[in-house]
Amino acid sequence: MNEVQNYGPERKIEFLHGTTTLAFKFQHGVIVAVDSRATAGAYIASQTVKKVIEINPYLLGTMAGGAADCSFWERLLARQCRVYELRNKERISVAAASKLLANMVYQYKGMGLSMGTMVCGWDKTGPGLYYVDSEGNRVCGDLFAVGSGSMYAYGIVDSGLKQKDLTVEEACDLGRRAIYQATYRDAYSGGQVNLYHVHSEGWNRVSQSDVLMLHQQYQAEKA
Amino acid sequence: MAMSYDRAITVFSPDGHLFQVEYAQEAVKKGSTAVGVRGKNVVVLGVEKKTVAKLQDDRTVRKICALDDNVFMAFAGLTADARIVVNRARVECQSHRLTVEDPVTVEYITRFISSIKQRYTQSNGRRPFGISSLIVGFDFDGTPHLYQTDPSGTYHAWKANAIGRSAKTVREFLEKNYKEEHMESDTDTIKLAIRALLEVVQSGGKNIELAIMKRDESMKILVQEEIEEYVTAIVKEKEEAEKQKKKT
Repeated sequence: MNEVQNYGPERKIEFLHGTTTLAFKFQHGVIVAVDSRATAGAYIASQTVKKVIEINPYLLGTMAGGAADCSFWERLLARQCRVYELRNKERISVAAASKLLANMVYQYKGMGLSMGTMVCGWDKTGPGLYYVDSEGNRVCGDLFAVGSGSMYAYGIVDSGLKQKDLTVEEACDLGRRAIYQATYRDAYSGGQVNLYHVHSEGWNRVSQSDVLMLHQQYQAEKA
Repeated sequence: MAMSYDRAITVFSPDGHLFQVEYAQEAVKKGSTAVGVRGKNVVVLGVEKKTVAKLQDDRTVRKICALDDNVFMAFAGLTADARIVVNRARVECQSHRLTVEDPVTVEYITRFISSIKQRYTQSNGRRPFGISSLIVGFDFDGTPHLYQTDPSGTYHAWKANAIGRSAKTVREFLEKNYKEEHMESDTDTIKLAIRALLEVVQSGGKNIELAIMKRDESMKILVQEEIEEYVTAIVKEKEEAEKQKKKT
């Protein structure tokens, strides 16, 4: 068994989980909102990272942890999903897709993979949202926030989701606001807010907003 | 250390036949008859029960097997071969539930069984399975299905079919008597299956084993009394039909 030591030349590569990604289900589907900052220690490596991976026209995956791990495994997942579609003549369910991903990475448990992703989509049972990570967790839920800024994001979404039925517009605003607040307080999150909406026909990219612009906008609203 | 066989048993003949597969199909033709009918709300499988020896326990000879809550099958041919196929299919039904979190569709499990059968026609040191099977059930969305597989590994969907001894006679009977409107009624669907079997089975109801599945219910194997009820009703209908014919 390849156990990873935490010292010596073969020690686990420390990824920085500096990010904020969130996804929540609501009446009209799933909202997925992410920031776009990549950090290496105190150095901001990039402000324009795409942290939402488009698995196929009706499934999205978010990226937190190691960028290479996330994008590689999710591309592999995209291939598996397509093969399933061809063999069974119907789209794969979100539950099955997330299970395939979880089973794939579980084989590498303890070998240093770092991946915390949310698989979001719409299938014949309605909106689907699963959190999958490289430890082997796979949980179904209505709301997840992953990354160093997740606590700040939870605060906003938890209070905003109190009202039962949000419109698409309101839900998008909530997601955008949550990521903005996380970037405001968390040094490792920032850049732009990329917002996606998953509905019965698939997903579509709602907006890409720079957090500094959002800051101006919200300040003006306060006045 | 296990050594693998390096010679195939199933090879092409000069004129393009796979004789081992065709011989397997002959073995199937010697097996006891099985009939399947797909109704609108019920699916039925009936098999000819061979008479058991006096000292043999009747219940151990089961030719209709449940693969999962929503799928079951009957076979014609080598019972021992069927046991292997049924076991693999049962495991696959559960594996599917585990990885996909959904029960199998009838088509999926039929495809799986057919793939196993085909693999054995193209492997070293192995012979084809000597069984044809009728696989029936309901998909998750409620559509009923009936599929037939054969030793070569091909499968087709049917509205009603028969395999085994006298399959041709039974199939002709089904073609003549299958009526789309009758499939709306559960009783008529069951009666069609029983009537088809009665054509070839000796001495009536007690040599028939029947299993039905209604949508969202599990498979039910009918007891002898229930079968006798249907048989009496069928015999009566036949007599009425004869009387009508004589009158006109």
